[in-house]
Amino acid sequence: MKYSIFLSYLAGAAAIFVLWWILSAMVALPMIPSPVAVFVKLVDIFAKSIAVHAGFSLWRIAAGLFAAILVGFPLGMVMGYFPKADRYLAPLVYLTYPVPKIALLPIFMLMAGVGETSKIIMIFLIIVFQVVIAVRDGIHAIPEETYFPLYSLGASFRQVFQEVLWPASLPKFITAVRVAMATAISVLFFTETFGTQYGMGYFIMDAWLRVNYLEMYAGIVCLSFIGLLLFGIIDLVEHFACRWMQKG
Amino acid sequence: MTMSHSIEIQHLSVGYDEGRFKALLDISLTVPDGTACAVIGPSGCGKSTLLRVIAGLQKPTKGTVLIGGERVNPKKQKIGFVPQNYGLLPWRTVEENILLGCRIRREVEEDTMERMQLMMGQLGIRGLGDRYPKELSGGQQQRVSLARSFLLRTDVLLMDEPFSALDAITREDMQEVFLELWQKHAVTTMLVTHYVEEALYLGQKIVLMSSYPGRIYKILDNPLFGSSEKRRQPEFFAMGQTIRDLIKEMGKSA
Ligand SMILES: Nc1ncnc2c1ncn2[C@@H]1O[C@H](COP(=O)(O)OP(=O)(O)OP(=O)(O)O)[C@@H](O)[C@H]1O
Ligand SMILES: [Mg+2]
Repeated sequence: MKYSIFLSYLAGAAAIFVLWWILSAMVALPMIPSPVAVFVKLVDIFAKSIAVHAGFSLWRIAAGLFAAILVGFPLGMVMGYFPKADRYLAPLVYLTYPVPKIALLPIFMLMAGVGETSKIIMIFLIIVFQVVIAVRDGIHAIPEETYFPLYSLGASFRQVFQEVLWPASLPKFITAVRVAMATAISVLFFTETFGTQYGMGYFIMDAWLRVNYLEMYAGIVCLSFIGLLLFGIIDLVEHFACRWMQKG
Repeated sequence: MTMSHSIEIQHLSVGYDEGRFKALLDISLTVPDGTACAVIGPSGCGKSTLLRVIAGLQKPTKGTVLIGGERVNPKKQKIGFVPQNYGLLPWRTVEENILLGCRIRREVEEDTMERMQLMMGQLGIRGLGDRYPKELSGGQQQRVSLARSFLLRTDVLLMDEPFSALDAITREDMQEVFLELWQKHAVTTMLVTHYVEEALYLGQKIVLMSSYPGRIYKILDNPLFGSSEKRRQPEFFAMGQTIRDLIKEMGKSA
């Protein structure tokens, strides 16, 4: 089972590799180098330079995600469980959710500086709304009867949370993080192209400006590995935390 | 400490839509300690509403419910409530589901696990402890739900159409399984049903309810309770017919 998942990832990577290789052979321009050269480059410079940039990008994502969960999960929980809270908070969420976060970046940079904070705030904003809505909807979807055997025994809120609210909202919550993650990575890339000397965004754009296509592609490959790593972690968490969801 | 756990309902009325719709009107009923009472009535007559109010899940508009002589308080009394769909938590394994009640009341004691194994054996679900509810048949889910109810020795047991979702043959099996467990524990029980035969088999008292508004039409004492031999006898069918006639008559007078 696990082995076959691994194989399917390997097959996917191989397919991309082959397509890329054919393309590079056909075009035969430095703009599209052969994947073999790119991987050699990646191995060569990973420890020397890319690792630091990857570390910075990962840290920003982790910090933004952590903050988004810290704020979004309880907020979604409260909105889902207490109809009154939902009535007052839903309009606020609906009004602010569609605002394009990237448009606010200049404002954050003015207020929080061009450094780490504004980048983390961007990631936070992209993930937090999805988490709030997912957790709230996850709790709304719980049939009322689910609570009855607990209430009739006088369960405390903590017990209701532990037995019902937390496990019921977990799958939707994890899905939301997964969906938001892709957007978060691409926005992170954008924010890292200015105001910093570190991060995958900086590394890739810098290589591009230096017309060093091999390094640029090595950066892109590394970025997609970061994505793979993050999605893999999310899948793993889901696998262990939502066992009851598994088929078969 | 032995306490009586009768259920006393006094002039109970329940309204919906801020009282504009009367779901239950002036219900009075006493279920003595250790008695099984079956409630039967047409759809919409307020059976589920009645159970919810007794369990303290919903406030009545008027009247009181006493359990063991005290007002219902889920923190004080141990009220086992089994909703129509068995009330199993999909994200908990069978064992965790069975232990739910004990966990909530913090009554997981030394012998609890042992008792659970014993009960699972009696119910024929030993070996399913690590499965999730969706990996069980309807009958097995029902057994898990019964194990949960009887493992925590509740003061009263309220069941909303516990066997309705099962096919006819499984239903009869489950009624017998339930009765066997019930006779060992003799917990004060109210169970809602749509089936006359089920009421006759499982109710020492049978409460007939009429609808719009939901009221008690008649309370019958049932001599045929719990005897599987009599289940195939003419007197069982005769009594069933009597109840059916009463239900028809009730429908006309409404
Ligand atoms: N939350 C609610 N809001 C408004 N009306 C309700 C609500 N719950 C139940 N009712 C109404 O109260 C009446 C009694 O409902 P209840 O569910 O108690 O009936 P029941 O006897 O259990 O029916 P069934 O046999 O179909 O399960 C019905 O007319 C129903 O429409
Ligand atoms: Mg009902």
